[in-house]
Amino acid sequence: MNCDEAKILMHALIDGELDAGHAREVEAHIVGCADCAARLREFQDLRKAMTPSGLRYTAPAGLHERIEGKLPAPHVAGTSRRSVIKGFAAGAGLSAIAASGVLVMVMRTDDQRRVLGEVVSAHLRSLQGQHLIDVQSTDQHTVKPWFNGRLDVAPPVADLTAQGFTLLGGRLDYINAKPVAAIVYRRRVHIINLFCAPAPGSGNRAATMESLQGYNVRRWSENGINLWAVSDISADELSEFGEKFEAALKQ
Amino acid sequence: MMAGGVVDASDDKAERFKTLALPHLDDIYTLARYLLRSASDADDAVQECYLRAFHHFDTFRGGPVKPWLFAILRNVCHAAYAANARIVYTTDNADAGEVQAKPMWREDGDTPEQAMLRRHDSAAMRRLIAQLPAEFREVIVLREINDLSYRDIAIVIEAPIGTVMSRLARARGMLREAWVAAEGGGQK
Repeated sequence: MNCDEAKILMHALIDGELDAGHAREVEAHIVGCADCAARLREFQDLRKAMTPSGLRYTAPAGLHERIEGKLPAPHVAGTSRRSVIKGFAAGAGLSAIAASGVLVMVMRTDDQRRVLGEVVSAHLRSLQGQHLIDVQSTDQHTVKPWFNGRLDVAPPVADLTAQGFTLLGGRLDYINAKPVAAIVYRRRVHIINLFCAPAPGSGNRAATMESLQGYNVRRWSENGINLWAVSDISADELSEFGEKFEAALKQ
Repeated sequence: MMAGGVVDASDDKAERFKTLALPHLDDIYTLARYLLRSASDADDAVQECYLRAFHHFDTFRGGPVKPWLFAILRNVCHAAYAANARIVYTTDNADAGEVQAKPMWREDGDTPEQAMLRRHDSAAMRRLIAQLPAEFREVIVLREINDLSYRDIAIVIEAPIGTVMSRLARARGMLREAWVAAEGGGQK
């Protein structure tokens, strides 16, 4: 690698955009090149001088409302499709055994989608308000006991700092009108909420990845606990999080 | 489908859109401020961006919503304000060759206000970024302030990842020169 290439690629290195092989090549060049080493330090200094929070603007008061005012206003909620299906199921369920199998399936799928929606909403709520964390600690041995007496289940908490996912703390949240544990992690500037809900009899279930409203949700079950990891990081990174989390618990 | 389904669906669309897009308002406004360098123009552009985004929400196919909104905002800024010459892109192949011979961002003659701003690091940095040529300014804002990946930046600015990388390298080079010049010329 020559200096011209390194001049460009060192930025991808700073930004963590290089695969391991290229990163090693750039690093090897920088170790042997005083000019490029100095240049890299300069850019690292520049980055330190740029605090994103200080460089952001805040939208003027009222802009939010003005935009909302131009979007269609919500109507009074009519009969939702779900309640129609439920009503139908309740009335016809017993008499039509053959059909009920289908209906139960429809309802389950519908139910899962609704829960998925609730999980994403809970994630969004946690980001919008001031209520991301009830117990703030990077120590798993502080976060886990905090849920004692607050939940029927001890949620699994793993410290994944070394793997690039910083534990921020935990909070009590509600999904499907039931209290759940939310364990909060950070990946760079992105928040990951890991929701844990007791689900006796659910056993172990392999992970599935779903996407809703631009958020990725990794869902799996372990020892009678349903888990949903939600974040705006890519599906790949969220999978990585889930795998590292599962691996950490097995140790 | 049920009779009530149509109303529910459009309600649902507006609600989904609001939940999804409005939390990013400050980020969208920030890019608008840097692109247009005017508070009132940014305000207008952001409103237009959200209306267009809602209009095209059906074509949004999931994935992260921020790059999608940024791309729409960028188009709004170009369409409505390029005529005002507020956004001046140097050339199509600005990445090749030395386009900026003299640093257009160097400040000469400090007014008391400028001196005060300079003491405020973030405010000074904002100004330095604002003075970069548009195509370099936008990659800095997308990368440093919004933490977008190269892939997402490529989507927003509709350019290959290689272009993102080289443009970012040049943008940081220009910004660093300006920063050193500003610090050296200031009271520090």
